[in-house]
Amino acid sequence: MSRHYAIAALAFALSSTICVAEEFIITIKNHQFSPIELEVPAGEKVRLKVVNQDSTPEEFESYSMNREKIIPGNSQGIVFIGPLRPGTYEYFGEFHQETAHGRIVAR
Amino acid sequence: MLSAAVIVFREVLEAALIISIVMAATRNVMNRGMWITSGIATGLLGACVVALFTDAIAFSLDGVGQEAFNAGILLTAVLMLGWHNVWMAQHGKQLASRMSNLGRTVSSGDAPLYALAAAISLAVLREGAEVVLFLHGIAASGESPHNLLLGSSAGVMAGILAGYLLYSGLVRVPVKQFFSVTSWMILLLSCGLAASAANYLEQGGWLPAMGYAIWDTSSWISEQSLTGQLLHTLVGYQASPSGIQITFYVVTLIVTLTLMKTVSSLNSKSEQAAVAN
Repeated sequence: MSRHYAIAALAFALSSTICVAEEFIITIKNHQFSPIELEVPAGEKVRLKVVNQDSTPEEFESYSMNREKIIPGNSQGIVFIGPLRPGTYEYFGEFHQETAHGRIVAR
Repeated sequence: MLSAAVIVFREVLEAALIISIVMAATRNVMNRGMWITSGIATGLLGACVVALFTDAIAFSLDGVGQEAFNAGILLTAVLMLGWHNVWMAQHGKQLASRMSNLGRTVSSGDAPLYALAAAISLAVLREGAEVVLFLHGIAASGESPHNLLLGSSAGVMAGILAGYLLYSGLVRVPVKQFFSVTSWMILLLSCGLAASAANYLEQGGWLPAMGYAIWDTSSWISEQSLTGQLLHTLVGYQASPSGIQITFYVVTLIVTLTLMKTVSSLNSKSEQAAVAN
């Protein structure tokens, strides 16, 4: 019996990693994120492409989503987030905290 | 300038705390200064190399190379710290008795100082690379080099001061409890690093989150606060951990503790056998 649960749990774990996550794009320009507010589906894994159009590196960071990633200048990176519960999740650019802020709304 | 100081402080703090725990744990061990210094030096060198290759690392593995890299570094550090603890479980008692019987310094013998030096080196490399990138970035964006230098040195000094305070607290622990205190600190430190590694593996899309924000204590102790940062480094505090982070934390804790207990009971059995003969 417990073996079945284990197999089911493993299958669930694998399916949630393997299934293709929907991609969303956030752009950094002049040390600002756009869009400032991005809506993503709740309860699903989402692939976030962060495109840095500035020549300087930025660190995409979010405490509420436990995310931290350096995006080199004139470059881009992928951050997987979620599955998120419905709600608003703030993030910021650690290297330019005065200007670089944004939020992700999971619905 | 202030932002430079704050960011540099945050990065230096983590490495400084790890270094001071290791320095305390190897107190009275011969040649530890050389090992620790070479750990820091190779870490700094590595940080510059990593910063130089950031683009290459970031572009590798379809845009998630950085996550694989960070997770690899963290898990290696976890192994090194675990190895130290298992070794200490075997030899700690002798070390402690030699320390109190035969004066202050004990020869390290075959103590795995290289494991701790490697752990230090990896911590400095990881945090240092971010500092280098950040400073290079703001230097390129035209901030005056004078301000930059002032801000970042203030950050470095504050980080070292925090490490020093922890160290001077730790060396006041009496010899009897000393090794168990430092072993526990290294153990919790390594559990926290394992949880961070889990987070990177999840962020890179290799592992499922197994539930987001299993609990959320950010309204009590936010990870942005100094307390939150200290707790994060020392015991792996996360305000809103995912299921996979908790799993890695608990598994590291259980596996290391089991190995430590097994090794130390084997050790006392062989001691009893030696006495009986």
